[in-house]
Amino acid sequence: MNPRKRRRLYFAAALLAAGAGGAVLVLGALKDNVLYFYSPSDITAKHVSPGVAFRIGGLVEKGSVSHGAHANVRFVVTDGRAAVPVEFHGVLPDLFREGQGIVAMGALNGTGTFDATEVLAKHDEKYMPPEVVDALKRSGRWKEGGT
Amino acid sequence: MTGEIGQLALALAFALSVVMAIAGLAGARETASPSRAIASSAAIGMFVFVALAFGALTYAFVTSDFSVLNVAQNSHTAKPMIYKITGVWGSHEGSMLLWVFVLAIYSLFIVFAQRGSARLTSAALGVQGLLACAFLLFILFTSNPFLRLDPMPFEGAGLNPLLQDPGLAMHPPMLYIGYVGLSAAFSYAAAALITGESNAAWARAARPFMLLAWIALTLGITLGSWWAYYVLGWGGFWFWDPVENAALMPWLIATALLHSALATERTGAFRSWTLLLAILGFSLSLIGTFLVRSGVLSSVHAFASDPTRGVYILAMLVAAIGGALALFAWRAPQLQGGTAFEPVSKESALLLNNVLLSAAAATVFIGTLYPLLLDAMTGQKISVGPPYFAITFAPIFVVLIALVPFGPRLGWRNGDWRAALRVLAPAFGIALVAVLAVLAFVTPRSLVAAMAFGLGLWTISAAGIDLAKRGDIRALPIGAFASALAHLGLGITLLGITGTTLWRSEALDLLKPGQTMPIAGYTLRLEGVQLLHGPNYLAERATVSVIANNRIIATMAPEKRAFPVEGQATAVTAIRTTGFSDLYLALGDQRGSGWVIRAYVSPLAPFIWFGGAFMALGGIASFWGRLRPRRVSEAKLAAAE
Repeated sequence: MNPRKRRRLYFAAALLAAGAGGAVLVLGALKDNVLYFYSPSDITAKHVSPGVAFRIGGLVEKGSVSHGAHANVRFVVTDGRAAVPVEFHGVLPDLFREGQGIVAMGALNGTGTFDATEVLAKHDEKYMPPEVVDALKRSGRWKEGGT
Repeated sequence: MTGEIGQLALALAFALSVVMAIAGLAGARETASPSRAIASSAAIGMFVFVALAFGALTYAFVTSDFSVLNVAQNSHTAKPMIYKITGVWGSHEGSMLLWVFVLAIYSLFIVFAQRGSARLTSAALGVQGLLACAFLLFILFTSNPFLRLDPMPFEGAGLNPLLQDPGLAMHPPMLYIGYVGLSAAFSYAAAALITGESNAAWARAARPFMLLAWIALTLGITLGSWWAYYVLGWGGFWFWDPVENAALMPWLIATALLHSALATERTGAFRSWTLLLAILGFSLSLIGTFLVRSGVLSSVHAFASDPTRGVYILAMLVAAIGGALALFAWRAPQLQGGTAFEPVSKESALLLNNVLLSAAAATVFIGTLYPLLLDAMTGQKISVGPPYFAITFAPIFVVLIALVPFGPRLGWRNGDWRAALRVLAPAFGIALVAVLAVLAFVTPRSLVAAMAFGLGLWTISAAGIDLAKRGDIRALPIGAFASALAHLGLGITLLGITGTTLWRSEALDLLKPGQTMPIAGYTLRLEGVQLLHGPNYLAERATVSVIANNRIIATMAPEKRAFPVEGQATAVTAIRTTGFSDLYLALGDQRGSGWVIRAYVSPLAPFIWFGGAFMALGGIASFWGRLRPRRVSEAKLAAAE
């Protein structure tokens, strides 16, 4: 084998090894570390198990926000069809309002309450997170269909 | 009037870019020297007209000319002057104009630097012309910043308040100097393939552009991460947000390119690979720009909402990337040359560096685009967050950083790894002591943190040893400091990341004035919250006393600003830094008579950005070293070939 060929072989082997290693890491990581997005109706429909992290989106139900001690807050997220209670300990986004669209990250606890680790609302009165719009549309269409 | 001048200048620039593309590419033939002169003149002309258009838009912003739609949508008379100027690139249309402006500046550099043969320069200008042509068409037909608004509104809509920040004002130009700098490397690579000049001259010609691009990308990413740290109020510096990834991917490939081109220049190794990296680097810049600017990321549907723009973008991506890759597939096998090297050598080290960096870029690429793809195909919405990157990107980078110190200590063609290990033994000793010390003294005890800290010190001390072994530091040429400085920066950043992510303390509570909360040896007392008027915002400013050992050691003032014009709000965090550790306060929402206060103590946080600055300094040293003794080294290199 001439040196040029040998060098190419090393190169190809190294690339292949790195590629294979990378693929294994990536596939494993994608399987277990992806956050799905669910609307409140998805949660009942898809039987999301407690402890599995995901993102939830919808509107903050009017009159549902109550503040506890030490920056704890409880509110209800709804898509017009189903509603899920949310508990959160932390800073609420500046434009967190009742009736406003939000996306929260976290997991369900054993009692069906969503324990949020993060609550996001885009800093814009007009803005609605696209996932929330989608979720609302889906539940809206469902109503139109009358089923 | 300015709108019409800008419009006309853009149209003329477009015409000249067509001339530049045709004449430049025609000039790639040996005999076509007149067309080479035409290409150069067209490049200069294009620069003048793009600069004129950019100047016209800037003038419209500065004078608050709301008859221009773009100004009306993104500016306001009450905005401070600096943000009127930076508002020029605060919108999609303006940022595309900035992009073309930077492209025109680089084309001008290519004309005046005259690096490489006349044919190579001409072909490179031709490719730059094609790029300018595509972008100018895109601006003129889908993203025109000079569209008129009739009737003219009395007041503008203002600029997104998050962008009204000195850190972010400089961030887009920096990133664009980086992104578009890679276009020069791309153009030289394509030129090398077109002319078939199989020697490594193109890599030498493109080197300063690669360096400039890399320095700017490094600074741009550092600035962006610093901005995210002090503005977003989360105490984090990197969120694996798709927008951040869009800048990280070109940086990773540009880093690989700098290293690979080093081998190509010196020994002729990796010729095809270096060409491919130059193509990939700019392709990722293009993808990155459009991911950020087309609105694909915030919502896949925004893509479809402006079908012309979306289709044009896709067509351009396919043409630029596909065309370049096809050219590569066709011409690269014909390139001759290349030299052999032993398994243990600087070439092997650089090869490993490239494989790891490319793999890291690939994991980021998949993590960024997979959710988009899944949504487009199945409608399922997912997000890929930090956990994915922690188990894919991080291990690859750990291996890379562990191996970094060996590269500079191995010889070309045939290296002696035992000798390298002997030289680096003290660095290994320092790292080992650091690991043990961290395990013994730092609570909570964490093997990961200890290993990461040791790895950082290993890279830093190895960089010091490398420099010391090169001889008398005062006598060394500036270029010799480049790799040591850059690798030193990498180690420093790693220390910062370790401290911020693994040793950070967090406290969060609802405080009424007079109430206190503890964090990491300090007690924070909320003294009160005042309402203040800024030039175009209203602010709530909290006064927080920092108490240590029963004594007030500092007063900090985190703020929240509401921008009535834009109907938005931003946070202004208060950060008290010792250079080794940050105390970080953010003011949260008001609940009853109390306010939520979030506090972090982040050890070593400033190191993240110090490290970035050192990396950029390394790039600057290399750039400087290239400029000064150019004649000598080129003659020497020519003789060596």
